[in-house]
Amino acid sequence: MPDLHLTGIVKHYGSVVAVDHVDLHLPAGKFVCFLGPSGCGKTTLLRMIAGLEAPTKGRIKLGEEDITDRPTHRRGVGMVFQSLALFPHLTVGENIAYGMRIRNAPKADTERRVEELLQLVHLPGLGSRNVSQLSGGQRQRVAIARALALDPALFLLDEPLSALDAKLREAMQVELRLLQRRLGVTTILVTHDQREAMTTADLIAVMAHGRVQQIGSPLEIYRNPANTFVADFIGSTNMLPASIAERPGAVWVDGVVFPVAKLPAGVAPGREVTLSVRPEELHLLTGDMDQRGEAVLTGTVSFVRDVGQSVEVFVECGGRSVTVVGSPKEVPPVKAGDAVRVAFPAEACVVLAQ
Amino acid sequence: MRAYGRSTLVLAYPALVLGMFLLVPFGIMAALSVFRRVPAGTFEPAMVPDNYLNLLTPFFLDRIGFTLGLSAAVAVVCVALGFPFTYLLTRLPRRRQVPWLVFLLAVLALSEVIVGFAWSVLLSRTAGLSNLLVWLGLLSQPESWAPGLTAMMLGLCYLAFPYTVLVLYPSLSRLDPSYLEAARTLGASPLRGFFGVIVPVSRPAILATLVMVFVFALGAYVLPQLLGRPQHWTLAVHITDQALSRSNVPAAAAMSITLLLASLALVLVTAALGNRRKEQP
Repeated sequence: MPDLHLTGIVKHYGSVVAVDHVDLHLPAGKFVCFLGPSGCGKTTLLRMIAGLEAPTKGRIKLGEEDITDRPTHRRGVGMVFQSLALFPHLTVGENIAYGMRIRNAPKADTERRVEELLQLVHLPGLGSRNVSQLSGGQRQRVAIARALALDPALFLLDEPLSALDAKLREAMQVELRLLQRRLGVTTILVTHDQREAMTTADLIAVMAHGRVQQIGSPLEIYRNPANTFVADFIGSTNMLPASIAERPGAVWVDGVVFPVAKLPAGVAPGREVTLSVRPEELHLLTGDMDQRGEAVLTGTVSFVRDVGQSVEVFVECGGRSVTVVGSPKEVPPVKAGDAVRVAFPAEACVVLAQ
Repeated sequence: MRAYGRSTLVLAYPALVLGMFLLVPFGIMAALSVFRRVPAGTFEPAMVPDNYLNLLTPFFLDRIGFTLGLSAAVAVVCVALGFPFTYLLTRLPRRRQVPWLVFLLAVLALSEVIVGFAWSVLLSRTAGLSNLLVWLGLLSQPESWAPGLTAMMLGLCYLAFPYTVLVLYPSLSRLDPSYLEAARTLGASPLRGFFGVIVPVSRPAILATLVMVFVFALGAYVLPQLLGRPQHWTLAVHITDQALSRSNVPAAAAMSITLLLASLALVLVTAALGNRRKEQP
C-alpha cells in the first residue's frame, strides 16, 4: 500500500484562501486525523484528496503515481460523507454492493463480499433491510461497509460521527480504530473533536487558517504543542506570558524564575514568550507543604468544581487565573477564598515562541 | 368543547371554498351531462344516458385516445428535458439560479394565445425559422412547419416546460449533493451516477411532475387550434366546439366528465405503479 504525498497544495474559492500551501506526507497504513475548528480547510483538503475538488496549485501523489488530475471514480478511494449519503432507493445490501455492480463483478462474489462486510461492521443478515429502517448507528456502519467494499487505497471520513449522540460516538470511535487496525487501510478522518482525534489517530494534523499547524502523534501534540494555537485547541491549558531569563533553562513569570526542561531554539534572553502548562501537571500546595524545588505562584482559590471523578480548582494568581485539575486524592481539600500555592514542575512547562 | 367548536369553525372555511368553487360547479356539470338536449339549442332537465351513449363512437374514442396520448407525450418530453435541466440549475450557486428562474416565470406568464401565434410565425414558410436554415445553406427553400402535429407538440412543450422546472425545483434543490459524490467515489462516472442514483432517488418527484404536466396539457385548447390541423384537435377543443359552436351543452358536459374520469384513472394507475415498484426490494 502506497504513501500519500501532498505537495504545496493551495485552494482558492474566488478571493477566499481555503487551503494555504499544505505539504503533508501520510505514511501507508496509518490512521491520520485532520483536526481543526470549522473553516480551517480540513474538509476541503480531504475533498481534494478524494478528487471532489481540484487544487488551485500543488500535486497529490499516491506512491509514485501523480493522481492530482485523476477523476474521483478512478482514484480508488472509499469515502464516508458527513450526511452518509446512503442511497434511499436501495437496500442495505444493494448500497454496499453498488461499487461492485458498477464494476460488473460476478453476482456470487458480490453477495459473498456484502455478507463479509456486514459481518465486519457487526450487522450480519441485515442486507435486505431498507436504509430507512436502520438506526443512526447502523446507518453509520452501512456507510463504512460501502466505502470499504472495493478495498480502497485510501479510506476517507468526513466528520461521519457528528450526527450521533455522545455515547454512541465514543463507542464508534473505538470501533473505527479497531477496524482500521484490522484492515491496515490508510485512513484519513476529518474532525473538529480533539477527543475523537486522540482516540482514533496514529497521527494528528492540527489545522487552522488553511495551514497545518503541527503534525505528530496524539501525545506528542498534547505534550509538546508547536505554538499557542495548538496548545489552546488541544485539551485545556494554562497560558502565562513569560520572558526568557538570563540564567540558562529558565523563564521569568511575574517576577518568579521558572526552570523549564526545554527552550525553543534561537531565543535570546529577554524575549517575550508564552508558557503553557496542562492543568493536570500542576500541584496545589496548602499550608507549609513542601514545594520540592519547583517554581511556585501564590494565589487565592476563586472556585472549585468537584464532579466526583476529578476536581478542578481555579486559582487567582496576581490577576491571572490558573486552573489545576486532579483526582480527589491528589488535590488537597480547599474552598473558595483559601490562600494556596501552585507548583509548576519543570518538565511540564512548555515554552512557546509564537 | 370550546376547542372542538373552534376547530370545526376553522375547517368550515376550506369546506366552504371547496364546496363553492369545486363541488357545486362539478355537480352542475354532472347534472347537465344527463339533461336532454332540445333542438332549439337549449336543454331541459331529465335523467337520460343519451349524451354518454352518443360518445361510444369510433370518432370520440379515437379523440380521447389521441388527447390522453398527446398529453402523456408532452409530459414525458417535458420531464425528460426538464429533469436534467433542473438538476444542473440547482447545482449552480444561488446567485446564478435567480436569472433562470425569473426567465422561466416570465415565460409562464405569457398567454397561450401569444405563445401560439409566436410559434405559428416562427414555423411559417414566409417568416419562419426555415428561412434561417436556407440562409445557412442547410435547406434549399423555405418550408412551412405549421400547422402540424410536431408544431403542436413543440408549442405545448414550450408552454409546459417552465411549469415542469418549477414543480421539480423544490425537491431537486433539497437533494443531498453527496449522493452523486458518493456514487463517484464508488467508481461511477458522473453520467452513470446521475442515471443510477439521482434519477431513481428522485422517482417520487418525477412521477408527481409527470402527472402535473399531463393534467396541464390535457386542458390546452388554444394551441391545438393555432398549431394543429383539425385532425389534431384535442378533446378540449371538441368540448369547446360542442358547447359554444353547436350549442350542445349536455354533450360537452358528458365529454368533460368522461375525460375527467379517464385521466383520473390514468393518474391513479401511475401512482399505483409508482408505489408497487417501491415496495419491491
